[in-house]
Amino acid sequence: MEYLAQLMLIAVAAAIINNFVLHYFVGICPFIGVSRKVDMAFGMGCAVTFVISIAAFLSWTFTYFIGRPGAPLTTFIWRQVAPGSTAVIDLSILNYIIFIFVIASSVQFVEMYLRRFFPPLFKAFGIFLPLITTNCAILFACLEIMKHVAGASDPAQIWGLDKALTLAIFGGIGFAIAITIMAGIREELDGCDVPKPLRGAGITLLVAGILAMAFMGFTGVDRGLETLILGK
Amino acid sequence: MTETGPSAYERFINGIIPENPTLRQLLGMCPTLAVTNGVKPALTMAGATAFVLICANVITSLMRKLIKPHLRILVFTLTIATFVTIADRFLQAFMPEMSKVLGPYVPLIIVNCIIISRCEICGSKQGVKVALADAVGMSLGFLVALLSISIPRELLGSGTLLGLRVLPEAWPNWGVQVLPPGAFLTLGLILAFVNWYSARRAAKV
Repeated sequence: MEYLAQLMLIAVAAAIINNFVLHYFVGICPFIGVSRKVDMAFGMGCAVTFVISIAAFLSWTFTYFIGRPGAPLTTFIWRQVAPGSTAVIDLSILNYIIFIFVIASSVQFVEMYLRRFFPPLFKAFGIFLPLITTNCAILFACLEIMKHVAGASDPAQIWGLDKALTLAIFGGIGFAIAITIMAGIREELDGCDVPKPLRGAGITLLVAGILAMAFMGFTGVDRGLETLILGK
Repeated sequence: MTETGPSAYERFINGIIPENPTLRQLLGMCPTLAVTNGVKPALTMAGATAFVLICANVITSLMRKLIKPHLRILVFTLTIATFVTIADRFLQAFMPEMSKVLGPYVPLIIVNCIIISRCEICGSKQGVKVALADAVGMSLGFLVALLSISIPRELLGSGTLLGLRVLPEAWPNWGVQVLPPGAFLTLGLILAFVNWYSARRAAKV
């Protein structure tokens, strides 16, 4: 029960309370660029969720086994090279380079895989895939996972793959929610008389500000859920 | 390969106001919104981005004849990631508090579209001198944009500038300005002002 509650807290926090777009400001470029039509926005949201989970899986694997102080694989190899050494091997300096490499290549693989096996799906969000490489939301999810794997001071606090994937998938869903709401509002804005200087990005940002205020209303929901589930 | 394109001076001037990366091209929105709740984090961010942009643009320019066209984005990103790692380690070592405040936004410089677009538009096509001037101009433009958002936000949100009290104690802090919505609202209004002003100038000429 406590395990499920922990996962649920991470999920709610990532999707709603600390929404990637409206709280951490990551993924603003597609949020402004691809939010004119609801179906396009939804497609973008799904594509991001898809890629973010794959990138999170790969980067968790890398960080856990190689890129953290005292990681098992690096330590094992070092022991083979220098038997009897007790040095703590820390390869976390490589993390950023590996993450961006992982993201770029997983986008490529997803694109090839979809084109080969799911042509309709590829047609639906193929055009968004190249854009996703430079989407900060993906790198942000990898960095958050890294913070909880490589940065954890207490070994018991290190995140497992379950928590990492929960954060990534629900972060992606939060992005999809935000961009779809935004597209819905922008479709309605087409019929409004917006002052000329505000047209385009200006009004989008103002609407996003009001949306962010609305999402601030969720602050504290996680504490409430915790008491509700665990009965503390 | 003949090299044509704007001269170093044009590139430099263009970056500051006419093609300001944030206010005119809407690039690099993520750090622009995230670190502007105070002037000090904004300055640090502008410094870190400037370092990465200048180094990456110069290195790309030096390598421009070696890069295969279909691999260029990968090469750009890896170059940028290397310099971001250096900048991040530097901040952690010498400005640990600032590094904590900026948190994940320092590594997120890797995916800052300003840098990759400059490598693509200028660095991979023109010589070192032009690339350097372009990167310095764009960095100054980014600094101008960050300051134009962070000054009103810190002033209205906490009545201070760089942590020093500017407005009287009686000033009621606009709490929303230091929270995420304030960033969206301020940037939206500044964009509106820039559009209005440039439209007015265009109409006069």
